[in-house]
Amino acid sequence: MGEAIAFYVLSALILGFAILVITTRNTVHSVLFLVLTFLFVAALYVLLSAEFLAVIQVLVYAGGIVVLYLFVVMLVNLKRPPEAYQDAHRQTWLGLILGGVVLAELAAIFTYSLVGTTTAATATAAAPEAIGGNVERVGWLLYTDYLIPFEVASMLLLVAMVGAIVLAKREL
Amino acid sequence: MSVITPAHYAVLSAALFVVGVMGVLLRRNIIIIFMSIELILNAVNINLVAFSSHLQNEVGQVFAIFVIAVAAAEAAVGLGIILAFYRNKESVNIDEMSLMRW
Repeated sequence: MGEAIAFYVLSALILGFAILVITTRNTVHSVLFLVLTFLFVAALYVLLSAEFLAVIQVLVYAGGIVVLYLFVVMLVNLKRPPEAYQDAHRQTWLGLILGGVVLAELAAIFTYSLVGTTTAATATAAAPEAIGGNVERVGWLLYTDYLIPFEVASMLLLVAMVGAIVLAKREL
Repeated sequence: MSVITPAHYAVLSAALFVVGVMGVLLRRNIIIIFMSIELILNAVNINLVAFSSHLQNEVGQVFAIFVIAVAAAEAAVGLGIILAFYRNKESVNIDEMSLMRW
């Protein structure tokens, strides 16, 4: 009961702020709504007992990526917002139709996958119950089975850092 | 009120995904479009974590961490591109990004 209430409240907040992100005219307000969306997604991770990922979400998304966005929004000081051009709504109908197509596609996938299979509870048997909490288990997986993807991710972040510096420099 | 199943999380994730797709399709400000891409990645993460929690298997959370790392890299490079473009064109309208070089 409590979980259901928390889920529905968090879902409403996430979707409401996500819609505000893409509809607000002011870009700075949009970034601030994005912070709220990320924070409520982190709360949803806590509800799913993924505490480590909730902390990572708050630190990396709400703390790092959004600050990066705010820097860029402040740096490109927009006297005239892009929607102020004469052909602002040139693609609105095309976009709405394509979004509706995506929605219909997802609804079809759900309908076909949820009808017939009541629950997928049979797959839960193969869970080896490890010692420790969520952080220990995620860390164990990250440093044993997924060590090479972990290192590749670190290389990707290094390349992205160098690339961002090269792109943002005025002249090399 | 029924208990929350993974289907509920899947529906929430799909709704957030569609909101992100709408943002990419409807807005012309490239910063908003990048934020919509972050929303789409978050929708994918909700799916991964929901099924990871349902199956009592932390591999989904490990993949969500990788998704967050890739999102951070994408944001850094993408915002660098936005800055370089703004320096040349004094605009962030995606309709003006039609040339590969000039």
